[in-house]
Amino acid sequence: MAQNGHNEHPKYMWIFLWLAVLTAIEVGIVIPDFPKALTIILLIGLACAKAILVAVYFMHLKFEKRTLAVIVITPFLICVFLVIMLMPDLTSEKRHEGIEKPSAEVMDTTEH
Amino acid sequence: MEQATTLEHTEDVYEPSLTPDSLGKLGMWIFLIGDTMSFGALLAAYAALRAGAGVIGWVPPSEILGINLTAGMTFLLICSSVTMVKALESIQKGNVSRMCTFLGLTILGGVIFLGLQAYEWTHLIKHGLTLTGLPEHGLKGGAIAGSTLFGPTFYAITGFHGLHVTGGVIYLIVILIHGLRGRYTAEFNHEVEIVGLYWHFVDLIWIMVFTFIYLI
Repeated sequence: MAQNGHNEHPKYMWIFLWLAVLTAIEVGIVIPDFPKALTIILLIGLACAKAILVAVYFMHLKFEKRTLAVIVITPFLICVFLVIMLMPDLTSEKRHEGIEKPSAEVMDTTEH
Repeated sequence: MEQATTLEHTEDVYEPSLTPDSLGKLGMWIFLIGDTMSFGALLAAYAALRAGAGVIGWVPPSEILGINLTAGMTFLLICSSVTMVKALESIQKGNVSRMCTFLGLTILGGVIFLGLQAYEWTHLIKHGLTLTGLPEHGLKGGAIAGSTLFGPTFYAITGFHGLHVTGGVIYLIVILIHGLRGRYTAEFNHEVEIVGLYWHFVDLIWIMVFTFIYLI
């Protein structure tokens, strides 16, 4: 399945360094006062970048036929689609009509 | 005569037959694609329950979970991915002992990861994060209130990943034993590549779990 054979090894230590640096950035940006929406977008972007690095270089997708990459990316797209399709229903205001936030006392009794 | 020409033409259209190494690799990819859907469904369920918590609220994970320890676990898995590719690189160059050393280091990384996860789980359970409840106080000492679905979703997702790591460690040990017995050479090593695909996938999934469960 490999197109170019296995003689071309990417520079794994560079990939490792990139992954380590991206992980450090991820941990660094989780600051309480940082705008929440921006943090989430950045974190998802960084996670995707790391996942792509692992798949492309460590799993050798770069050296496989492009068809395989297309097949592999499909479930990820389906997962994103799944989350997006669930969101409108679950975040709608109507869903919470009639549900009140439990008081502190009720919370205490349910926990014990 | 015409028929024969048509038949010959049709045969050219087909892809070449799967060889033993490409068959195994394709099989592993198909398994990983299915597994992606399993993890995707779990993470989507987590996102849906979190978004649907509404007025009850969802505890910020950083209030309960130790980010520094998990960042260390992420780094450890990345390191074990590097030792895995180094093992494959070594056997492709015909160096069996170097491959075995790197496979051993990869196994060690997996075992330490599992140990740290066991430590984390024990710690969390002791502090009250169970399948039905939340701890009374967060890491910063503040009171904790929110949906009790945090516990079951957290344990289901990290537990499912932990099972994959356990399976991976066993798989790697089997490949290491084969390697020590001299099964692999510079020409015959596709089994090492296939176990590598599985191991990198476990790493890739942890990158996602770390972001979605611990950081966001």
